[in-house]
Amino acid sequence: MGPGLYMMKKRYEILEHIADGKFRAFGRTLEEALGNAALAMVSLMWDWERVRPEIKEMVKVKASNLEQLIVKFLTECLYLLEVKSFLLGGIDELKIEKVWKDNRTVYELRAELSGGLISPEHEIYGQVKAVTYNDMKIEKTDSGLVLQVVVDM
Amino acid sequence: MELVKISEFIWEIPKSGEMKVPARIYASSNLIESVRRDQTLQQARNVACLPGIQRMSYVMPDAHQGYGFPIGGVAAFDLDEGIISPGGVGYDINCGVRLLRTDYKESDITARRKELLAEIFKEVPAGVGKGGITKLSRNVLKEILVKGAEWAVEQGYGMSEDLDRTEERGRMKDASCEFISERAMERGVPQLGTLGAGNHFLEIQKVDEIYDAEVAKAFGIDEKGQVLVMIHCGSRGLGHQIATDYIEMMENKFGYKGLPDRELINAPFKSELGQRYYKSMCAAVNYAFANRQMIAHWVRDVFARIMGSAKGMRQIYDVCHNVAKVEKHPIGGGEKLLCIHRKGATRSFGPGRPEIPEVYRHVGQPVLIPGSMGTASYVLVGTAEAEEMSFSSTAHGAGRVMSRNEALRRFRGEQIRDELAKRGVELKATSWKGVAEEASAAYKNVDEVVRVSHETKLGKVVARVVPIGVMKG
Repeated sequence: MGPGLYMMKKRYEILEHIADGKFRAFGRTLEEALGNAALAMVSLMWDWERVRPEIKEMVKVKASNLEQLIVKFLTECLYLLEVKSFLLGGIDELKIEKVWKDNRTVYELRAELSGGLISPEHEIYGQVKAVTYNDMKIEKTDSGLVLQVVVDM
Repeated sequence: MELVKISEFIWEIPKSGEMKVPARIYASSNLIESVRRDQTLQQARNVACLPGIQRMSYVMPDAHQGYGFPIGGVAAFDLDEGIISPGGVGYDINCGVRLLRTDYKESDITARRKELLAEIFKEVPAGVGKGGITKLSRNVLKEILVKGAEWAVEQGYGMSEDLDRTEERGRMKDASCEFISERAMERGVPQLGTLGAGNHFLEIQKVDEIYDAEVAKAFGIDEKGQVLVMIHCGSRGLGHQIATDYIEMMENKFGYKGLPDRELINAPFKSELGQRYYKSMCAAVNYAFANRQMIAHWVRDVFARIMGSAKGMRQIYDVCHNVAKVEKHPIGGGEKLLCIHRKGATRSFGPGRPEIPEVYRHVGQPVLIPGSMGTASYVLVGTAEAEEMSFSSTAHGAGRVMSRNEALRRFRGEQIRDELAKRGVELKATSWKGVAEEASAAYKNVDEVVRVSHETKLGKVVARVVPIGVMKG
């Protein structure tokens, strides 16, 4: 079952940050929280709830630790925007596997994203330049996980 | 943390603990208050702990909290013992400013101001995800990364004299695209010749005040009311991706456990990875120079078409304010090549430095400090004093004081447009919400930043310019 199929009460909250963008994303699992982090990030640029799911994009990333996995997955969403004009509208599926390779732990993520193309009907009001490790937090709570991320704008 | 007031505009964090050198902040008592409220001081202290740092960890008057290094941070490292850090350059490699002069006075363009701005808005792609007009092949992109603005001039964008008036003549010689990831290259292809969004802008300006007529004259600024054009943008997704990639590679190679902040990750300057980052960063710098060269060319085209001529639209200068460079500076009685990181700081070489174009060498390097959208910007000149004070560096802009959320709650883009119109400033933007986020009230007072730069002699004020037409991505 993909994380899009069940819903937390609240996917994310946008926090105050003077220079840049900051948010906390929630999920009962790491997968759900990371999917919500992507939606939180793009909410700083467009209204993803208004993007109809017309096309699909597959994303695969590998990272040596969880923080890197967050940075690389979210950076991939920026890549899709800039190179493929893809506006994220939802996370259809997201899986993370922790594997042991070449004497170290590797996190492998595969995601299926849905959304549309940039068009005049979608106002893009901000630009996230990059995803940072600054003030990044991965917290376990009673109801799951909270990911806090700061993005450079 | 101990903060000692040395003089009216100079503050220091004395060496303690792991610090290899003290940290020094240039600020008025007003500006130091805003710096104290965020992590700037702690970040300046963290930078002072890095291997091979020389003299001091410096903080410019417009500083605010960044990632790893503060924005407005200047740090120089020994080439043998020292490091290079993507966090000391910033994600937007060679974010910078280009200023063009014209022979026009405000009264010459008043009637056609709207048309000029509308045409520039049509010619210069802006906004998020807005591709450039040129579909680049991979080989052409590689050439641009190596040759920078030189490539653009060869293709007919502008004139070779523009290169004389660009930092590094628009081309960092150490650039290589061999160590740039596929992702970064892909992000570079559609975005060449685009302004981008966020705090980047293009303005038609007029000279509001001249403080130093002799230097102004040397720069081509002749009188009040003269029309200028300012372009503020960077290396777009290509630079952002290079920073992201090398932070990851440096983490994987050297680990981040001992670092007070993960974004301080670095590599010895002469290590293989350090050199790969440096060469890739130089390539991103070149991309940004080419980017501004193309945009300047389109602006001239529009002036030629609407006003009948672009004669006299000479480039005053082009500065980068997010960069790491190898420069020669006096250290301990001798001279030494150092790796200077300027993150949200502008080089401000005084008279005589060979890096300055010959036409300006007798007065010093032009320093361009953009204000926030719709407010004043400044032209300064570098000084001999800045050498000892900040490895020849000064401020780069205004710096935010209000979050985007807060700005969105307080302002509406259309209302800002109407208020600017009342002051005679035309505004074109890709998003009104974006305009509200960049409201000038969300920024520090740039006048105060420039006053500190002038009083401390980090860079001396030459002219104040104000917008008459603003284009925002």
